[in-house]
Amino acid sequence: MTARGIDRRTFLVSVGAAGGALALGFDVRPGAQAARAAGDAPEITAWIVIHPDDTVIIRVARSEMGQGTLTALPMLVAEELECDWSKVRAEFPRPDENLRRNRVWGDFSTGGSRSIRNSQEPLRRAGATAREMLIAAAAMQWGVAASECRAANSIITHVPSGRTITFGQVAEAAAKMPLPKRVTLKDAKDWRLIGKPTRRLDVTDKVMGKPIYGIDVRVPGMLHAALAQCPVFKGTLKSVDDSQITGMSGVHKVVRLKDAVAVVADNWWQAKKALDALVIDWNTGDSGQVSSDSVRQFLLGGLTADKAGVGRAHGNLSEGFASAVTRVNADYFVPFLAHATLEPQNCTAHVTGDRAEIWAPTQNGEAALATAAHVLGIPPQNVIMHKTMLGGGFGRRGVTQDFVPPAVLIAKEVGRPVKVVWSREEDTGHDYYRPVAMARMSAGLDATGMPSAWHVRMTGNSIWSTLMPMTVRGGVDRQFQEGFLADMPYDIPNYLADYAIRNTHVPVGFWRCVNHTQNCFFKESFVDEMAHAAGIDPLEYRRRMIGKHHNAAKFLGVLNTAAERAGWTTPLPPQIHRGIALNEAYNTFVAAVAEVSVDTHGAVRMHRIVVALDPGTVVNPLTAEMQTESAVVFGLTAALYGEITIKDGRVEQSNFNDYRMLRMAEMPRVETVLMPSGGFFGGCGEPPVAVVAPALCNAIFAATGKRIRSLPLKNHDLRKA
Amino acid sequence: MISLTINGQPHSIDVEPDTPLLWAIRENVGLTGTKYGCGVAQCGSCTVHIDGAAIRSCAMPVSAAAGKNITTIEGLAENGVLHRVQKAWLDHEVPQCGYCQSGMIMAVAALLKEKPKPTDADINDTITNICRCGTFHQVRAAIHAAATA
Repeated sequence: MTARGIDRRTFLVSVGAAGGALALGFDVRPGAQAARAAGDAPEITAWIVIHPDDTVIIRVARSEMGQGTLTALPMLVAEELECDWSKVRAEFPRPDENLRRNRVWGDFSTGGSRSIRNSQEPLRRAGATAREMLIAAAAMQWGVAASECRAANSIITHVPSGRTITFGQVAEAAAKMPLPKRVTLKDAKDWRLIGKPTRRLDVTDKVMGKPIYGIDVRVPGMLHAALAQCPVFKGTLKSVDDSQITGMSGVHKVVRLKDAVAVVADNWWQAKKALDALVIDWNTGDSGQVSSDSVRQFLLGGLTADKAGVGRAHGNLSEGFASAVTRVNADYFVPFLAHATLEPQNCTAHVTGDRAEIWAPTQNGEAALATAAHVLGIPPQNVIMHKTMLGGGFGRRGVTQDFVPPAVLIAKEVGRPVKVVWSREEDTGHDYYRPVAMARMSAGLDATGMPSAWHVRMTGNSIWSTLMPMTVRGGVDRQFQEGFLADMPYDIPNYLADYAIRNTHVPVGFWRCVNHTQNCFFKESFVDEMAHAAGIDPLEYRRRMIGKHHNAAKFLGVLNTAAERAGWTTPLPPQIHRGIALNEAYNTFVAAVAEVSVDTHGAVRMHRIVVALDPGTVVNPLTAEMQTESAVVFGLTAALYGEITIKDGRVEQSNFNDYRMLRMAEMPRVETVLMPSGGFFGGCGEPPVAVVAPALCNAIFAATGKRIRSLPLKNHDLRKA
Repeated sequence: MISLTINGQPHSIDVEPDTPLLWAIRENVGLTGTKYGCGVAQCGSCTVHIDGAAIRSCAMPVSAAAGKNITTIEGLAENGVLHRVQKAWLDHEVPQCGYCQSGMIMAVAALLKEKPKPTDADINDTITNICRCGTFHQVRAAIHAAATA
């Protein structure tokens, strides 16, 4: 036994909730847990529970928010386990169990399109390990060599004699087998489940309204709370006059927090009505002066600032500009955006003494648990955390667990379980928004029209310096520049991408596809500007610029495929125009061609979008395709309507009437081309979001001659001049 | 006390008459398949049937629903058999996160009652529910499939 790694682990035998079921999982013996070094990278190993009736329960550490992890992750396990897929059920382990078991399931964080990328290898290994244990148990029972046995479809066969036994029959004995020293994973060419369109395991419940989301949690004796946080970020509570709510029915308590007020009542509506009747005074400080206009002025300073963190630089910019025959210059802007998960933020908590139990729809159950412990000042071991289904995530419920602190503090004060549900207005006004950002683009084109120099100056709100300032050193936040760094596909002989951080008081966070959502719009719109300045077809221009990049073949692969499928060179019906865009995000290569019309009233319509995607490996094509459509809707909604504005330090938008969402009638035809080139795993949930806005806006330029340099489009007059 | 008939069952609940029907269904009756999304009849997550017609229950006071037949997503299947809309939803794997889908399914079931063979234009006009995951393709395909089922 070594000090780390799989061979110091021991298979755990435990009886599941359904009597007689055996839990085959990787776990550390209780005695070994304490010995485990704190910094030891956890080997992520799912529990595999096999019932006597052959039902296989596969546990999924990542959250399910519509992206299909609850199906794709078990597929990875089942591929190697060789179980009958029709007998598989998925289950979430609890974050506190993970803590107690020395993080046997590893990381619960569900973001960055990482669920498959980070879990695939340990999950396949978990499946293979369990399969070998099952085979070994069967071989022992028969008194034959394990090497003579094969597993398929939940049945183990002794090949020479033809004897068979099911997984369920041998599970108990298998759980007592020693861990295999090493397991060999299948070659991708031998996969039977991975890559096959597979129906999701959670759909039946979802068409019957059965799944329990955080907002649906019911705990005996539970009260309900409505919350009002200081509308000006970073402000605090000054005073509350609750004389108006005296005697209102159902109201239990007004809870005053540092920066919020809550009313606790028998039901949520009573709480909300009472909350609205309170007269609340806030300390807003200087932040109360901030407006969208002041933010814009602040960022404009960043465009010309002397000091900026360099993300990527090569060649000699001034020589590159000196040799140019044409200059192309443009400034771009995008606003803050809210996530608007359809299930508003919520959390249920019960705090008794130095113990707490919480329920929340979270993208990171461990972070929710840690937040509760931290806020209450109790050991993490004293917190039980139940992760529920999520009514959308999009990055809102991951690194930022701000829905937890008010819930545990209110519950502590009330002494009973309390469910805190944010109203839609509260949710819109208290988000960690997609950052506001600007880019100043300056390029020099040579006599052939190709860029000899390109300076990308960015400015705006840094996510990392808001959430984890210690990660931003020397004014460099590389994530803010993603898309313009090593992942920028084009050969530019003289290039500088730098970023002047300009942090406002508005909290910013990870919004599906993160900084790519603005950077791809800046990059691909400006490449279009260069192409038009050079008089070269935008597709051809991109092809010429992709040269020596180490991923050139993948970039060209998706670019050419999208163009071919869209029929780039074929004539279009009158009024319809095309735009193209290319990007890499989360290790996935994406290109899109949008077909767009702009009518005489200036109304934009995307009729069709072809999205070609190379994520290396596709586990479940059904969900990868749906995630692509979903990403298109997300990107298109933001491009057309998305805008959070600030006035008097607070968000002006409140609900879907002024923070508009795409609906059925506006849905374009989405043609997804999955073209996994093999050998790597890229993310699928986010990457296509980024290409939507530039493909759309480049098509609008083709239609109208108007170059869109700021979003959303609702602010532009696109009528023909 | 207000008397409600939900999915054929009588309920007598103690709420103030101005309470939106949504909250009475979710908290007093305990049927949580009907969702809160906006509270202002914008998103449609709270859609239920009142005497067969789709309504957004977040904007209807519970008093207005007294004595009427209310159907929620939990009551759409009859005798354990999925409604044809639910069946089509299953066949087309419509839901992603699923949060809006109860309301979406209820809106579609009511549409098909009124217009058994809706055109795309009918669907666009009637099914204005917000789905933040963007399941609109599958929704449309499933509606057409349910219409011919």
